[in-house]
Amino acid sequence: MSNKAKEIAINLKQDLLKKIDGNIKAKSNSEQAWLEKLRKDARAEFDLLGFPTVKLEAWRKTNLKSYLERKFDVNAIDKDLSSSEANTALMCEANKYDTDLYTQYNGHWMKGADGVTTYDNGTIVCPMSIAINIFSELVEPHFGKYAIDKGNALTALNTADFVEGYFVYVPDNVEHDRSLQMVNLIDSDNNIFANMRNLVVLGKNSKLRMLHCDDSVSENNCFINNITEISIADGAKLDLYKLQNKDNESVVITSTFVEQGADSNFASNTIILNGGLVKNDTKVLLNGRGANADVIGLYLMDGHQLVDNHVHITHAVSNCTSNQLFKGIVDEYAHSVFNGHTLVAKDAQQTLAFQNNNNIQLTKTSKIDTNPFLEIYADDVKCSHGATVGQLDTAAMFYIMQRGICERNAKMLLMLAFVGQVIDKIELPNLRASMTELVGKRLKGELSSCDQCSITCAEPDKPIHFEIDMSKV
Amino acid sequence: MAKSEDIIIDEVTSSDYKYGFTTDIESEDIGKGLSEDVVRIISAKKNEPEWLLEFRLKAYRKWLTMEQPDWAHLKISPIDFQEIIFYSAPKKKKELESLDEVDPELLDTFNKLGISLEEQKVLSGVAVDAVIDSVSVKTTFTDVLEKKGIIFMSFSEAVQKYPDLIKKYMGSVVPPSDNYFAALNSAVFSDGSFCYIPKGVRSPVELSTYFRINAANTGQFERTLIVADEGAYVSYLEGCTAPQRDENQLHAAIVEIVTHDNAEVKYSTVQNWYPGDKNGVGGIFNFVTKRGLCKGHHSKISWTQVETGSAVTWKYPSCILKGDHSVGEFYSVAVTNNYQQADTGSKMIHIGKNTKSTIISKGISAGKSHNSYRGLVKVSANADNSRNFSQCDSLLLGSECGAHTFPYIDTANETTVVEHEATTSKISDEQLFYCQQRGLSPEKSIGLIVNGYAKEVLNQLPMEFAAEAQKLLAISLENSVG
Repeated sequence: MSNKAKEIAINLKQDLLKKIDGNIKAKSNSEQAWLEKLRKDARAEFDLLGFPTVKLEAWRKTNLKSYLERKFDVNAIDKDLSSSEANTALMCEANKYDTDLYTQYNGHWMKGADGVTTYDNGTIVCPMSIAINIFSELVEPHFGKYAIDKGNALTALNTADFVEGYFVYVPDNVEHDRSLQMVNLIDSDNNIFANMRNLVVLGKNSKLRMLHCDDSVSENNCFINNITEISIADGAKLDLYKLQNKDNESVVITSTFVEQGADSNFASNTIILNGGLVKNDTKVLLNGRGANADVIGLYLMDGHQLVDNHVHITHAVSNCTSNQLFKGIVDEYAHSVFNGHTLVAKDAQQTLAFQNNNNIQLTKTSKIDTNPFLEIYADDVKCSHGATVGQLDTAAMFYIMQRGICERNAKMLLMLAFVGQVIDKIELPNLRASMTELVGKRLKGELSSCDQCSITCAEPDKPIHFEIDMSKV
Repeated sequence: MAKSEDIIIDEVTSSDYKYGFTTDIESEDIGKGLSEDVVRIISAKKNEPEWLLEFRLKAYRKWLTMEQPDWAHLKISPIDFQEIIFYSAPKKKKELESLDEVDPELLDTFNKLGISLEEQKVLSGVAVDAVIDSVSVKTTFTDVLEKKGIIFMSFSEAVQKYPDLIKKYMGSVVPPSDNYFAALNSAVFSDGSFCYIPKGVRSPVELSTYFRINAANTGQFERTLIVADEGAYVSYLEGCTAPQRDENQLHAAIVEIVTHDNAEVKYSTVQNWYPGDKNGVGGIFNFVTKRGLCKGHHSKISWTQVETGSAVTWKYPSCILKGDHSVGEFYSVAVTNNYQQADTGSKMIHIGKNTKSTIISKGISAGKSHNSYRGLVKVSANADNSRNFSQCDSLLLGSECGAHTFPYIDTANETTVVEHEATTSKISDEQLFYCQQRGLSPEKSIGLIVNGYAKEVLNQLPMEFAAEAQKLLAISLENSVG
């Protein structure tokens, strides 16, 4: 790398450390003592580790180097945006998915939507910056308790530097019937480097459905390092949908750390339509008997995009089940990485764990790396994994084409069927319909990430149109 | 039911190594430690040409700059290379004409292992190049092979007789800088086997070599090179046993195979180095780099291994499928018991068009052992229509052992199909119940099921070897295999 680029990368680390030091100092009187300690420890860890390199196993295939060499403005001052402007920017049919919408704009809770939302049933949604002060007794027992990832510099950086994020709390025995939609929108003239920190706490036997969207409008460089800690108490159930549709210049790194109690249920469904570099780490700790985790995902990549999904599920106790399913279609020069890791601890007997990664590779220039790992220390278990890389079934193609459907549409039908397995698992009917459509557009190349966010360009009224080649009939 | 199963597992996991004995043969060594001088001494003792000494020294200097890899799922106590004797040869200098001249004690050792040279010579028609410690003591059937033009001799002999071939192929598949243990081997390799099959020749016999670590505290650094020229075929067998020792012994071997157009090499291993006792004391550290290069089109390399021994196994027989239409195969049964640790698997590197590879790996863990499969399937952008199928199953016997699977699949071609599947489970109660209700004892049932489980791999072994492999499975999982 050129010296200049090297310098930029080194400066970035120094700028961040300087910023963190400044913040810690500035807040030394106002910030909670427990948080200050966490920040200081994390700062030291980040200083020691520096940004991850390809020498680390978890980053072997995901090289941040060229991205870190871009200029980022770590102290960028955000556009001041009113709620109505943001809504215009989103052009959001906010209720399209029939959800309650909370938007973070350029890493900050949007004006007009700030403050605390408390539902009648006791459910709280509020910005993290506020939650750590007014709900300290709810936040402290969980904050930083799950995002333990020794040696991961970005986790440390996030803890040390985060400013904002969301805090969601559902009390015991509350089934929150409104779905929450957390939109994380980047639209800045600056090259943003944002660390965002979220915490979701589900009380015993509670229920929540969330949709987390990462979108961007601008074409500027941005680096988002997002950590979500999730605590799911005994008997609780969380459905988490993640939709990522970023521009090609952006780096999005999301880490989700989940700890589950007995008989709890966690279902995560990640749909990645676009992004420059997307890395999703999901770490689930099944810590109570009878807990179940379903972590599924879909990625559709082209251009020079890179998507890296890491899923790590630990079966710490007996009688838990887990299921991983990731499917992807990789086109042009794109590169996809899947790393699934199921760890069954010594006494976690009667474990059922499945792991599957299926890929369709469309070009010679694209790359697919998949590592489905099993690490098992108990004997009474049933664990399996599978991984495939292949193409569309030629026999199926032939069958469809001989029915008079042109090659392009036949391909489309097969690809839709391939991704259907993931999309059909979406329980929100509106979201499912919208996803089917978005994916259809995406596969036809009609959904571009560059100019508008997905929500903007989704046109629900326009059905996917299959052209039938009449000459073949 | 569970109780009797526990008893059996207990019996299985508490059994001692059956082949623990030492042969008293005078051996000559050069003292402990490793330095540039030691490398020079080894080379001088073997009367090696200058270029080979240079090869060794280069490798040694490279080794000094490298670090012992720690990525494997193994817990290894640090190895003190200054405590190891890097050269040891039985004191036998004169050339032997017939078996009668071989040290009777040595022959006895072979007899104890059930691999009597005479018997094999007469009955099975297998030419045996027996290696005790570091020097090949006896080569048989050379005459028969010579008529066909097949070269099969100890590595050091080949260095003297066929320096051009050695120079051309040595290090061409596993370069000295490949990894830490390959560099070490390249610097201090003591002896091994060399095999060359000329154009269009099918080896009439199965070639085999028995390795055996003998003198105490001796690292054994074998080097095997097999070259199959156009249209040639050979089946090569390797089997190992080692006597009981309390200190860990180091074994870092290199096996290189080159196949030209239309050639085929089938390499079968039964590995039964001393695994340490039931408390995890002693045992061999086995760090092996095995790699084959399918250089020509339509060439084929097939690895079959039955791994039951060693305290630590670090071994990934690989195929580089460079020639178009070349085929790579890997069949493995790895059994670990007591405190054994195995991190083994295969690498299939698809470079040529229409290349095919198959990986079948069966792991069996018992006692407090850990058994990992680690594999790589890599498809380069030019490997059109390449195909891989991998299946890695693990069987757990007992609640304190571990079975792990770490496959890596990297593809960069749109016409390739790669499939990987793996399962981990214990012997199901239904299977056991079914066998037992047919009148089999619990232990026979386990035996039957384990045998059936490993059958897919055992079937790949040559007839002569399959019986021994089954015997080894039986010994490794004492009393549970019928």
